[in-house]
Amino acid sequence: MNFRQADDTNSHLALEIKGVSKAFGRFPALKNVSLQAKDKEFLALLGPSGSGKTTLLRVLAGLEKPDAGEVRFDDEDFLALPVRRRKVGMVFQHYALFRHMTVAQNIAFGLTVRKRSEKPSKSEIADRVNHLLQLVQLEGLDKRFPSQLSGGQRQRVALARALAIEPKMLLLDEPFGALDAQVRRELRRWLRELHDRAGVTTVFVTHDQEEALDLADRVAILKDGELIQLGAPNAVYEHPATPFVFDFLGQACRLPGVIDGDRLRVADWESAAPEGAPQGAVEVFFRPDEVAFAPTDGAGLAAEVRGVAQRGPDVRIDCVVEGATMELIGHGPTLPPGVTPGLAVRIKPLRPQVYAAG
Amino acid sequence: MNPTIRLPGLAPLMLLGTLAVLGVLIVLPLGVVFHQAFAKGLAAYIEPLTHPDALHAIQLTLTVAAISVPLNAVFGVAAAWAIARFEFKGKSLLVTFIDLPFSMSPVVSGLVWVLLFGAQGWFGPWLRDHDIRIIFATTGLVLATVLVTLPFVARELIPLMQDQGADEEAAALTLGAGGWTTFRRVTLPNIKWALLYGVLLCNARAMGEFGAVSVVSGSVRGVTTTLPLHVEVLYNDYEFVGAFAAASILAGLGLVTLVLKTVLEWRHSGELSAGRRH
Repeated sequence: MNFRQADDTNSHLALEIKGVSKAFGRFPALKNVSLQAKDKEFLALLGPSGSGKTTLLRVLAGLEKPDAGEVRFDDEDFLALPVRRRKVGMVFQHYALFRHMTVAQNIAFGLTVRKRSEKPSKSEIADRVNHLLQLVQLEGLDKRFPSQLSGGQRQRVALARALAIEPKMLLLDEPFGALDAQVRRELRRWLRELHDRAGVTTVFVTHDQEEALDLADRVAILKDGELIQLGAPNAVYEHPATPFVFDFLGQACRLPGVIDGDRLRVADWESAAPEGAPQGAVEVFFRPDEVAFAPTDGAGLAAEVRGVAQRGPDVRIDCVVEGATMELIGHGPTLPPGVTPGLAVRIKPLRPQVYAAG
Repeated sequence: MNPTIRLPGLAPLMLLGTLAVLGVLIVLPLGVVFHQAFAKGLAAYIEPLTHPDALHAIQLTLTVAAISVPLNAVFGVAAAWAIARFEFKGKSLLVTFIDLPFSMSPVVSGLVWVLLFGAQGWFGPWLRDHDIRIIFATTGLVLATVLVTLPFVARELIPLMQDQGADEEAAALTLGAGGWTTFRRVTLPNIKWALLYGVLLCNARAMGEFGAVSVVSGSVRGVTTTLPLHVEVLYNDYEFVGAFAAASILAGLGLVTLVLKTVLEWRHSGELSAGRRH
C-alpha cells in the first residue's frame, strides 16, 4: 500500500471535471462524471472494461469531445483547446510509437513539430533526448526502431516521448496492460518514482485494482460510465461505497444479515452494527483473509471445514457457512491450530461491511 | 514442421499441368509479340515506333497516365483515410462503390462519359455552345482512365490503414503536431510502400487500358490514339510489324511493373496490406 500523498498544503486544484457525459450512438460511455485532481497528484481511473475510464482519459487528451460537461485545467477551459494545444503527454495502451522513426526521433518528435520561433536548436533537442533516455534508462538504444525493442522498453520510450514536451499533465492508458507480471511490478515502482521526480499531474487508467491501490494518491472507481467512489487507496479499500466496489477491490465473501438498532445479526452470530449501517435486511461483506477462527463454543458463525491447502505463506480453508461454500484465507496468528477437513469451527468476520439488501 | 502435404505422383502432375497452361497462355503469346516485332530486324522494329503517330500515341499515353495516376493517388489516400479513420453513415456503400469499376465492364466506364458529355449527351449542347471538347479529346481519355483505375490505390491502403489504427496519429496530435504535419510525418511514411504499390498497379492499368478509352477516343489517328488504341489501328491496317512493335512496348511495361511489384512485395512485405504479404 502506498502512503505517499500529494502534499495538501502546497497544491491547488489542477484538473476539474464537471458533469462530463459522452455517448457513442446509443451507448452511454460517461454519465455525468465529476472529479478533481490536485496539482502533481497521481490519480487512478479504475474500473472494469466498458466502465468509461479510457473514454474519460481521451476526453482529457482532447481525442474525444464530450456531449456535456466541463473540463478545466489550471483554470483554463480545456475543451476549448484543440488536442495539440493542451500539452498533455499521453501514453497509449499499445504505446503508438512511430514505427518508421528511431527511438531518438520518436522522443524528439514533439519538439521538432513546434513552430519555428519556439523550436529548440538541433543540439538542444539532442541534449533533451539524451537526458530523457537517461531518465527512462534506455541509454544506447537511441538508434533502434520500435520493432527492435521489448514491450517494457517500448513503454519507456512512449513515456519519454510524452515527457519531452514538458506536459502539463500526463495521461497513461493501461500503461502496464501489455506487459508480463514481473516487468509490470518493476515498472510500477519505477513509474511512481518518475512521477515524483517529474512532478507532473498524472491520470492513469487501469482495470487492475492492485495496481491502482499500490500506485495512486487517489483512486476513482468507475462502473458503466458513472463515478462510484473517489478517495485515497486506503479509504476506498477499507470503506468501499457499494458492494460493487467491495467486490472489485478484492476477494469478497457475502452473507445475508439483519440490522436491528445497533446490533448486526448474521444467522446465530450477533455483533455491534458498523457505524452508519442501514436498518433492516442487509448484505454483509467481508474479506476472506479478515476472519478470526474460534472453537465451536466461542462467538461467530458456525462453519464446517471442507478442505485445507497450503498456498505459499497463506492457508486456503474451504468452509461451508450457512449452506454456502466459502474460500477463506488464514495466515500467521489468525489461523487456529489443528484445522482439518471435517472440523466444526466458528468464524468471526473482523471488519464486516454492510450494504442495504436489494 | 513443413506444412506442405506431399502427394506422390499427383503433385508433379499438377505442377506440370500448371506450367503447361502458363506456357501456352502467357509465355508463348508474350514470345510471339516480341518475335513478330523483331521479325524483320531491328531497323524495321524501330522505324514504326519513330513514326509521328506512334510517338504521339506514346506521348498521349504518358500524358493520360501522368494526369490520372496522381488524381487516383490523391483520391485513394483521401478515401482510405476517410474509411479507415472515421465512422459515418453510408461507409459500406462507399466501399462498395469504390470497387464498382472492378466489377463493371470498362466499356461502360467509357460509355458513361459519352452519355454525359457526348454530342447527344446531357451536357453535349452546352459544351458545344461553349466550345469545350471532352469526348474525342484528352480530357475524355483521362476521365475514362480515372474511372477504370479508381479502386487500385484505395484498395491497397484501406486494409493497411485499418490494420495500423489511428493511435500513432492521435499520439502525434497530443505531441503538438498539426493535421498536415501529422499526415506528412506519420501517416504518409506508414503507408508509403503500399501507396507506391497501388500507384504501380494503377499506372500499369492506366497505360494499358483499352476498352473504356476506346469508347471516348474515337480513334482519331495521331490525335486521340493512346498506345493500346494505336496497336489496334495498325493491326486493322495490316501493319503487323508496327502493331507488334507498339505492343512490345506495352508488354515491356507489364514486365517492368511485374519486377517492381515483386521487389516491393519482397523488400517491404511488412508495410503492405495483409493480402500482399508473402
